[in-house]
Amino acid sequence: MIGDRRVLLDVRMRKLGSVVLLPVIAIVLALIVGSIVILFSELLIPGHTFDPLLPFVAYEALLEGALGSDNAIVGTLVFTAPLVLGGLAVAVGFKAGLFNIGARGQFLVGALGAVAAGVAVAGQPSIIAIPIAVLAGMAAGGLWGFIVGALKALSGAHEVVTTIMLNYVADSLLAALVSGPLKVPNSPSPVTFDVGNAAYPVLIGRNGHLGLLIAIVAIVVIWWLLYRTTRGFEIRTVGANPDAARYAGMRPRVIVPLTMTLSGMLAGLAGTGEILGINHHMTSGFSTTVGFDSIAVALLARSNPFGVLPAALLFGAMRSGAGLMQIKAGIPAELVDVVQATILLVLVATPVIRRLLRLRGTPAAIEAAPTITKSYSGETVVR
Amino acid sequence: MDQLLYGIPVIGLVFQLVGYLIAIVPPIAPIILRSATPLALGAMCGVMCERSGIVNIGIEGTMLASAFTGWVVGIAVAPLFPHAAAFLFGITPALLIALAAALLVAVLISALHAWLSISLRADQIISGTIINIAAFGVTGYLNTIIAKTSPTSAGSFTAWRPPADLTNLPFVGWILRMFLNQGPLTMLVLVLVIVFQVLLFRSRWGLRTRAVGEHPKAAETVGIDVTRLRYRNVLVAGLFAGLAGAFLSMEATNSFQAGMTNGIGFIALAAMILGRWTPIGALLAALLFASFKAIGQTINFLPPAGQLGSIVSAVPAQLFDALPYIVTIIVLAGVVGRSTPPAADGQPYERESAT
Repeated sequence: MIGDRRVLLDVRMRKLGSVVLLPVIAIVLALIVGSIVILFSELLIPGHTFDPLLPFVAYEALLEGALGSDNAIVGTLVFTAPLVLGGLAVAVGFKAGLFNIGARGQFLVGALGAVAAGVAVAGQPSIIAIPIAVLAGMAAGGLWGFIVGALKALSGAHEVVTTIMLNYVADSLLAALVSGPLKVPNSPSPVTFDVGNAAYPVLIGRNGHLGLLIAIVAIVVIWWLLYRTTRGFEIRTVGANPDAARYAGMRPRVIVPLTMTLSGMLAGLAGTGEILGINHHMTSGFSTTVGFDSIAVALLARSNPFGVLPAALLFGAMRSGAGLMQIKAGIPAELVDVVQATILLVLVATPVIRRLLRLRGTPAAIEAAPTITKSYSGETVVR
Repeated sequence: MDQLLYGIPVIGLVFQLVGYLIAIVPPIAPIILRSATPLALGAMCGVMCERSGIVNIGIEGTMLASAFTGWVVGIAVAPLFPHAAAFLFGITPALLIALAAALLVAVLISALHAWLSISLRADQIISGTIINIAAFGVTGYLNTIIAKTSPTSAGSFTAWRPPADLTNLPFVGWILRMFLNQGPLTMLVLVLVIVFQVLLFRSRWGLRTRAVGEHPKAAETVGIDVTRLRYRNVLVAGLFAGLAGAFLSMEATNSFQAGMTNGIGFIALAAMILGRWTPIGALLAALLFASFKAIGQTINFLPPAGQLGSIVSAVPAQLFDALPYIVTIIVLAGVVGRSTPPAADGQPYERESAT
């Protein structure tokens, strides 16, 4: 009995080790690669005296910008909230074996829905206006996701391609609506009206809006949905083995559009938060890095709803601190993308890392792999 | 009777549209071919990878990286050749070195993708996503630093000027101008597409490549080294993406802007799908997409007259940007014909151990 317990404990520790250790290794390696990039770029500036400590100056500024003051911390949280929702959107897709590269498009369309509804109900009391705008944003994002899921279920069109295409359709739709029907008449630049009372109230700090709370609630709801409901079980089964799921009487044909709709709603909710919480109106230049950041968040979190929070905090802090890094150390904000890509690269190349560090018993960091590209070649997984 | 009533105005509109297109297409034809060039090159990178069973959505990032490399290396080596006079096509030694560097970087990035997806059997779509994020980050980062020094670029390849006698010929003059009044890379595309098409469907290499993409196990049993062929094809495919990137910063313009590919790599993917994974099909799809864009822009400053004009002006201009993507979705949905990828596309190949 005691032996059993020890084995169980051992297995748990090892699992924890692999869940925590690999991401930590990835982050450390990425920061090292980031410093190499910084040192290399110093050589490119003519007349610049080489400063070997510049990476530390940069990372210190990054940290200060992200967590240096109460305002900075709230700022980081504001950057984190959409990443939590976007990360959940991608993670839910992964669970069903779907690679939602279209979080960007669903985010933009969600924001569009929120601003359209928000402007319409701007004069109503907040208690009515906010839910209407939020629902509209989620519905718009959900629709963008549903199109992808329905196409996959009906004709086997692979979601990676359709989501990429819909990302660009979303860009055009946004530009057309903001400079067309949604535009403030006679305004010199394409901009919509303000959402007025539909704006999220500020809960903490300078701009810590209601969206932060919504993101936390979403984590719990998605966890509950995936692990405590029949539908969630079906989603996970379809992702793990569509044939087995079908054999057990589940219908991937229903589950796939359902999951994509849910995924789109989450991404749309992220876009909604951006409009109702921060901008309060939309210009035709409205854009986002949340889409691709969300993929990184979901991969780092291994599609675990609770894992999404620390992963989103990491990238949120980097995005939030990048501004100060640019000002204080003269390091362009794109360094964040370099670090992010390196983290993903290390996670994908896990087998190599394992071999190098002689880690044993750690499963591949990205487990979604076998189910994602499998369906690419028209092999109809959905039937 | 109803049909007749609906029919007449529609027929009138169609005639107006055809007339408008006949009027505007000849003058903008060279522009269409020019903007189809990076799409066709990117699509050929996709065709080559996917025919061998490797999905590559990192074309966009590969292009961006080579566009940047070509530009930077051009800046770096241009001072070494102060008196080099350009002869044909504005070709200078600096530009050639820059082009070689751009191609080299594209091949290196493809090697990374090949290693991740063939040797490590990592998810190919994640690998492509990493390439896109990394290329955007690294080029944006370095560009911000280099642009501060306000460098002088090495210039760009220039278009050939065909003799006026040829381009002024009635009826065929504009076609000649479309193909001849172009830079070297654009002209090269047409050659590459035809050579690639013939090789893919008429050569031993092509048959083997298609076999590896459709049924790697069967290919292996007849003695084809699947891993090696996939590696080689993905690396060569990188050259196409490299040419596309070089075109952007060394022929279409002579400069680099952060994120200048702006989705071209993804439209190339769409062209590949619409062209049903064939080089010629991809070129035609690229030409179609490029015409959407060029005609959309022309309508803005030269709107058609009459009834057609009032209808077209009601359509938001942004719709023309979205058309390639919408068409691709419709094709993928199987509404207009069917587009089926190679059967083993995206699936890592694991050799069965000999026992």
